Amino acid sequence: MRKGLSWFNVTSIALGFAFLYIPIILLVIYSFNASRLVTVWAGFSTHWYWQLFQNQQLLDAAWVTLRVAFLTATIATVLGTLAAITLTRYGRFIGRTLFSGMVYAPLVMPEVITGLSLLLLFVAIGLDRGFWTITLAHITFTMCFVSVVVQSRLVTFDRSLEEAALDLGCTPFKTFFVVTLPIILPAVISGWMLAFTLSLDDLVIASFTTGPGATTLPMRIYSQVRLGVTPEINAACTILIAIVTVVVIIASVMTKRQEMERQKAERLAAAEA
Amino acid sequence: MSTGVAEKTQKTIGGIRRKFAPWNDPQAVPLIRYQNVTKRFGEFTAVDNLSLDIYEREFFALLGPSGCGKTTLMRMLAGFEEPTEGKITLAGEDLVGTPPYKRQTNMMFQSYALFPHMSVWDNIAFGLRQDRMEKGAVAARVEEMLKLVKLEKFAKRKPHQLSGGQRQRVALARSLAKRPKVLLLDEPLGALDKKLREETQFELMDIQMELGMTFLIVTHDQEEAMTVADRIAVMNHGKLVQVAPPAIIYEQPNSRYVADFVGDVNILDARVESIAPGAVTLRAEAAPDMSIRVSQECPAKVGDTVAVALRPEKLRVELDPPADPSVNCLSGTIWDIGYLGDLSIYHVELPNGTRVKAAKPNLTRMVERPITWDDKVYVSFTPDAGVVLTS
Repeated sequence: MRKGLSWFNVTSIALGFAFLYIPIILLVIYSFNASRLVTVWAGFSTHWYWQLFQNQQLLDAAWVTLRVAFLTATIATVLGTLAAITLTRYGRFIGRTLFSGMVYAPLVMPEVITGLSLLLLFVAIGLDRGFWTITLAHITFTMCFVSVVVQSRLVTFDRSLEEAALDLGCTPFKTFFVVTLPIILPAVISGWMLAFTLSLDDLVIASFTTGPGATTLPMRIYSQVRLGVTPEINAACTILIAIVTVVVIIASVMTKRQEMERQKAERLAAAEA
Repeated sequence: MSTGVAEKTQKTIGGIRRKFAPWNDPQAVPLIRYQNVTKRFGEFTAVDNLSLDIYEREFFALLGPSGCGKTTLMRMLAGFEEPTEGKITLAGEDLVGTPPYKRQTNMMFQSYALFPHMSVWDNIAFGLRQDRMEKGAVAARVEEMLKLVKLEKFAKRKPHQLSGGQRQRVALARSLAKRPKVLLLDEPLGALDKKLREETQFELMDIQMELGMTFLIVTHDQEEAMTVADRIAVMNHGKLVQVAPPAIIYEQPNSRYVADFVGDVNILDARVESIAPGAVTLRAEAAPDMSIRVSQECPAKVGDTVAVALRPEKLRVELDPPADPSVNCLSGTIWDIGYLGDLSIYHVELPNGTRVKAAKPNLTRMVERPITWDDKVYVSFTPDAGVVLTS
């Protein structure tokens, strides 16, 4: 076999990456454009970033979004984890299929339908639409993602660890907090992060369930874009991309380092034995 | 276990072991009693109307193939399963309905089940802390346990920083730390390699003696059960087949199943020809021109078809015929030879095609006339070699 990549591999990889990243790179480049026109390059400038931080509307929207995302992620993680435990642990209780179907339905449900039905519900029960209705709606559709992540970890969880804790005199309730939760914590955290990012960039469901005074960042950006793309929006998006990139890099470096340390420790232990 | 001290304790332990037989004492009160216990999982009966007494300070082994119910029997004592019917008592206390965290039993799991996010120290201290034991006492007990399993230097390590053998010791220390009334061992040595397993078996016996505790071990490895246990219960299909000390299980099995499951055995179908006090004469279908004499009380009547069990190491393989080839002597040809170093196993084919296994210790390095393939040989045995089995 030949070493290295054939021209076909190289081309397909290059095209693939170009397809994925050229739009984003363009967006980042034009956020530093001195010109007001998005398509004409007029020299480097950080003017739009300054402009961005003067835009109170955009900053308010960002604050709302962060609060919604944080609350959503936290509550969805608690509920999603409980659902995952029920589904993996309590075998075949009556209505299990229905329960699991209902937990996972939002995963495949078109967002428009989720949004519309939630709107109808909030109207029907007379709930004032705003911050709390967006949060409730986001919890509803992110919970299933948390549940999927946590459930995949629980499937490989060695039940004898919990039995060992019980056997040593620990009550079932305490066992969950001192044994089960610490062990599945990485999955719970990634579930939280998934729910956080999903809530952060949701536009459709938020638009349906919002009310006066609760405009999220995606909604604000969308409404501004309708009046024309400004370099200010590019700057806002660049900042978002930067945040997400940094978080992802930190998370993967941490996992990688942990894995390497574990392997090193295991090699040491094996060598000593 | 090569130090002088260890050999000394071994000797005293041997002395205690020889005298220890509470199951023969009608006055002795059992520590654990299973009374008519049945456990069903849906349609499947894992444990079938079983009664068993286990005594204090006993090292008791449950032996059987997988699916025979031995693990279920143990898990019912730990509280992870509740019996469908029957009663289990520990030191006179009815256990049914008591959750596992309120029982005075501790278990060492097959997978060790060490808490991966806790150090060796915290793993061992876990049970003690659940009892709200005072800090100084916890530290003292953990140190004592670490010393017992020789892991003092590893207290701060996490389980993944230990080798398999060390993890096994941590699991043992953790389950012993609370001084349970019974220690349950679920296939405790299954994951270790052969040499380490043999060493650890002797260590387990020493620890059990040293702490004066009752151990209940579940295993499918008959050698392990024979080595460690005071008594063995051989199980099949949720029932006890035989409960006895290892030597009796091996030398006086009560059924074909036990004879076959524990150790190697040749089983010959035979008809009882005559019975005398303490002696039976039989004729085997596989060798109709000789008679088999067995010195035991016959459990059957004249004319019954029974089985004679013969252990390979009790058979002598020789090229020359014995003095009287008409009694306890099978003749045949060597069909195959297995050379194990200390022993050679000869497979001898009888005229009717039945094959018999005989083991011969290799006592000298050189043999003048080695037995080889297709040789005509005589397989002889003494009257006390055979066991007559009716079931």
